[in-house]
Amino acid sequence: MILIVTAAVNGSLPKSALELVTVARELAGGAPVAAAVVGPEAAAAQLAGYVPQVRSLQAPELEPLRAEALTTAAQQVAAELGANTVVMSANRLGQSVAPRLAVRLGAALLEDVIAVSTDGGLRAKRYSYLARVTETVEVAGGGATVVTVKPNVFPLPEAQPGGSVAPFAPTFGAQDTRVTVGERSAAAGGRVKLEEAKAVVAGGRGLGSAEAFDQLVEPLADALGAGIAATRAVVDAGWRPYAEQVGQTGKSVAPDLYLALGISGAVQHLSGMNRSKVIVAVNKDADAPIFKIVDYGIVGDVAQVAPAIAAALEESQGS
Amino acid sequence: MKIITVLKQVPDAEARIRAGSGGVELDGVTFVIDGMDEYGVEEAIRLREAGHDVEIVALALGPARYEEAIRTALALGADRAVHVETDVELDPIAQARVLAEVVRQEGADLVFVGGKQADWDSAALGPALAEVLGWPHSDWTTELKLAGGALEVRHDTDDGQESLTLPLPAVVTTQQGLNEPRYPTLPNIMKAKRKELAKRSLDELGGAQPLTRVVAQEIQTRERRGRIIEGDAASAAAELVRLLRDEAKVL
Repeated sequence: MILIVTAAVNGSLPKSALELVTVARELAGGAPVAAAVVGPEAAAAQLAGYVPQVRSLQAPELEPLRAEALTTAAQQVAAELGANTVVMSANRLGQSVAPRLAVRLGAALLEDVIAVSTDGGLRAKRYSYLARVTETVEVAGGGATVVTVKPNVFPLPEAQPGGSVAPFAPTFGAQDTRVTVGERSAAAGGRVKLEEAKAVVAGGRGLGSAEAFDQLVEPLADALGAGIAATRAVVDAGWRPYAEQVGQTGKSVAPDLYLALGISGAVQHLSGMNRSKVIVAVNKDADAPIFKIVDYGIVGDVAQVAPAIAAALEESQGS
Repeated sequence: MKIITVLKQVPDAEARIRAGSGGVELDGVTFVIDGMDEYGVEEAIRLREAGHDVEIVALALGPARYEEAIRTALALGADRAVHVETDVELDPIAQARVLAEVVRQEGADLVFVGGKQADWDSAALGPALAEVLGWPHSDWTTELKLAGGALEVRHDTDDGQESLTLPLPAVVTTQQGLNEPRYPTLPNIMKAKRKELAKRSLDELGGAQPLTRVVAQEIQTRERRGRIIEGDAASAAAELVRLLRDEAKVL
């Protein structure tokens, strides 16, 4: 039995939750797949359109969601269903919970995987060395395994309607709620989600100011229907929200087109975007490291080149 | 209180990584203390400078070459160090079990671990260590203060940030934004050579049975066109759009 553990975001299932179904089916090879979901009934019902058995995790201890409480809940569902493989997203929540769950289950951890196979033992591919290396990791033994899945890599699964939803009330200990959650700030966003965008326009400190970022990046993103990304330096400076950060400490994206404006190309940033299909950079410094990994580069003043690209796009679309 | 800062030694971020038949080849590569771990060393020093009575112990698990990174931590301000010296490759879960044994023996109150390792791209060590110890943790921490036996932190979540209060003892994973690590001064580098660096072996700590192993490593080289488009802004932009449409076919 393969168990998916996931949580709704703002009341609905994130795309990454459905990607877990794809991975779970690959791992199951025909064996049953089940899911445990934290969130409203609607999220559990949605998952039941893909997975035969869904447990809807209900408990006041799960709101707000804390790593230890979710670990406990996941462990109990896994025990009830006799699951020996647990699949979670390699988002922040998954990366916080999965190692704990692996320790608690005495399980192997396959972290942030981009491919899985079960021929002759469980194997997965993942990135290492700041995403410059792809490695294959094998589970020694064949015991319990916890897998975290890199978001936006696996395709969405085909629906399999008719799954059942049952509530599940975990039993918690004092340690599960010993961390007190205070104020939370969520990033607002009206644009296409960065992780799901086919094109991404990204800005760095080279843009000069928060105002320049807005004026240069947003029209281009609009013209391309793109998501907006920022470097850590830009986020630290308060120009853009954390949710837009791409790199080692932010999101990792691989769109068809990544257009980097005023980004020098620190390896920490590159590790979050170097899998993009086509990379374009505009920077005034011809020696900027970003030019080593571009498909197309323009050496020049971003303040002039970015509007010119937007204009050229408009003309191209008009013709 | 006693603070343990866990550290790794990793290839310099700018180092050129090569792969041979046996996987990634690290001969001739410059190694440094993992930047993510430096934030933990710095934060521990800042707690002391803020008036807290702390002993700072640097802790590392890895081959003999790690000693250089450990000396860096001592030069930055750690009081002493423990090096579990081994050439055995352990996955983060197995590492957590070994490191937890040292943390228990030391009786530490707070452990800092880098948020994500620059060699394995793993974020698992901190949460796994916390679980083995039975402690709470905060990951991706960007602000931290000690207040009456508890930790008040701010950390990154999937869609923003949240504030947490954790009872001690606890594990905190660190990242860019938490502080600006200092550079070691020459006198402190000299002083670090005389600080205690205790060696421990895996066997003494109960051994380790990693449940995963790396069986292959390949360098990912996506062929890039590397084409620099010349001309003034308008003509370069027009040419770029044409190439994106007709050559790369992404528009």
